[in-house]
Amino acid sequence: MITMVTLIDLVLFTLLGITAIAMLRIRDLFAVVMLSGIYSLVSAVIFTDLDAVDVAFTEASVGAGISTILMLGTLALTSTKEKTPRRQSWGALLIVLVTGAALMYGTVDMPAFGDAASPINSPVTDRYITASGEETGVPNIVTSVLASYRGYDTMGETTVIFTAAIAVLILLGSARTTDAPVTPRPATTRSLELRPILRAGAKLLIGPILLFAFYVQFHGDFGPGGGFQAGVIFAAGVILYALIFDMDRARALFRPAVTRPLIALGVLIYAGTGIATLFFGGNFLGYSAFNPHHPAHGQELGIFLVELGVGITVSNVMMTLFFTFCGRRRP
Amino acid sequence: MSWTSLIDHAIGHYNYWVCVVLMMLGFYIVIASGNLIKKIIGLNLFQTAVIMFYISMGKIDGGTAPILVDPEKVSGPVVYTNPLPSVLMLTAIVVGVATSALGLALVVRIKEAYGSIEEDEILAADRASDAKEQAQYAASAAQAAKTEAAQQGHA
Repeated sequence: MITMVTLIDLVLFTLLGITAIAMLRIRDLFAVVMLSGIYSLVSAVIFTDLDAVDVAFTEASVGAGISTILMLGTLALTSTKEKTPRRQSWGALLIVLVTGAALMYGTVDMPAFGDAASPINSPVTDRYITASGEETGVPNIVTSVLASYRGYDTMGETTVIFTAAIAVLILLGSARTTDAPVTPRPATTRSLELRPILRAGAKLLIGPILLFAFYVQFHGDFGPGGGFQAGVIFAAGVILYALIFDMDRARALFRPAVTRPLIALGVLIYAGTGIATLFFGGNFLGYSAFNPHHPAHGQELGIFLVELGVGITVSNVMMTLFFTFCGRRRP
Repeated sequence: MSWTSLIDHAIGHYNYWVCVVLMMLGFYIVIASGNLIKKIIGLNLFQTAVIMFYISMGKIDGGTAPILVDPEKVSGPVVYTNPLPSVLMLTAIVVGVATSALGLALVVRIKEAYGSIEEDEILAADRASDAKEQAQYAASAAQAAKTEAAQQGHA
C-alpha cells in the first residue's frame, strides 16, 4: 500500500537523480550552478515531505540561495567553461561502480523506509520526544535538542563556520578587495539597477525578508526555524539589496568594520552563555542553573541566548563571504 | 520471495538507492572531472546524498514534524518523526556552505596564481616550473664546478 507521502517521495527522488545526472554531463559551469540551485530546491521539498521542516528551511535558504551566489561569484572571477577531457577515465568509473555496488549491497539489510521499529528510533530519541517539552519548555524538539541537549555540538559547528570565514578572509580579504568605495562603473555593468521591474520587486521584498528573518529567529522555539536559518535569511535580504542596487551602497550600510567583529561576537555570546552557567553553579551550557526554581525557564533563556549567538555569527559570516567573493576585482 | 514483497522491498529502499546513486555521481565528478569548480560541486552532491540518507532514515510512516502539539487539541496519540537526524543535518548544511566557500576561495587564488582552474594545466605549469628550476640549478652547479676546476688549475 503506497501512501501519498511515499508517492511524492518517489517522484521527487527521481527528479533529484535526473538533475544530478544533468549536472554531471553539462560542461557549461553556469548551467551546472543553476542546476545545483534547482537541486537544492528539490531537496528542500523532499525534506518537507520527510517531516524535517527545519532542515528544509535551511536547505532552501543556504543551498538555493547563498551557495548558488557564491558559486556565481567564483565563476565571475575564474571561467565559466569546463575543458573537454581528452579521454574517458575508465579507472574512475570502475572505482565508483565497485563502491556503489558495495553500498547497494549494504542497503539490503536496512529497515524499510518509514519503519517505526527501525533501530535509529532508539530510547534516546523517545526520551527527547517525551521529556523535552517539560524539561525545556520549548515545543520545537529540533530546537531544544540543537541548542540544549546537544549544545556542545552546535557550539563546535558555530566555531567551524567562524573558522571557515576567517580562512576565506585570509585567502581573499587582502589588498585586492577594496573596502573603500570604488569609482562608479559604467551604466552597462549596472544594468540590473536600470531594470524597473527588478528594482520595484526587490524594494517590495527586502523589507519583509529582513522582518521574516527576525520572526524565524525569535519564533524558532515554537515553529520551524532558529539561529541558523534566520542568519542565512537575513544575509539573503542584504545580498538581494546588493545585487539589485549597488555593492558599494550595501557595503556602506553593512561595513566590514562592523560585520567582521560581529562574527566573533556571536561565538562569544554562545561560549559566554556556557561560562555564565558555570558561575550560576551549573555545568557548562547547563541552562537550568539560570533559574533553580523553574529549570524550564532557565532552559528557555539559555536556548534564546545561544540561538541569538548562532544567528549573529551565521548572518555576518554569510554577508562577509558574499562581499569578499563579489567585491574582489577580476585578476 | 513473491512479486509483491519484492515491490514492497523496492519501495521501502528506493530512497537509499537514490542516495547511493547521488553519492556515486558526486564521487565520480570529484575523481574524473579536471575542473576545480566542478569538483567542489561534486563534493556538494556527495554531501547532500549523505544528508538525504540520514533524513530518509528518520522518517516514520504517519509521523508529523517533531514540534510538540497540544495534547488537548488532538484525539489519540501523536507520532513524531525522529528529530535527531534533523538536528545533525541542519548544522551540517550550514557548515557545508562555509567549507565550500573556503574551497571556492582556494580556487580563486589558484586561478590568480596559475591562470587556470583545470587540473592538468595546473600540473603542467607546476612541472614546467620544476623543470626550469632544475635546469637553472644544474647550470649553476656546472658553473661552480668549472670555476672550482679553474682555480685548482691556477694553484
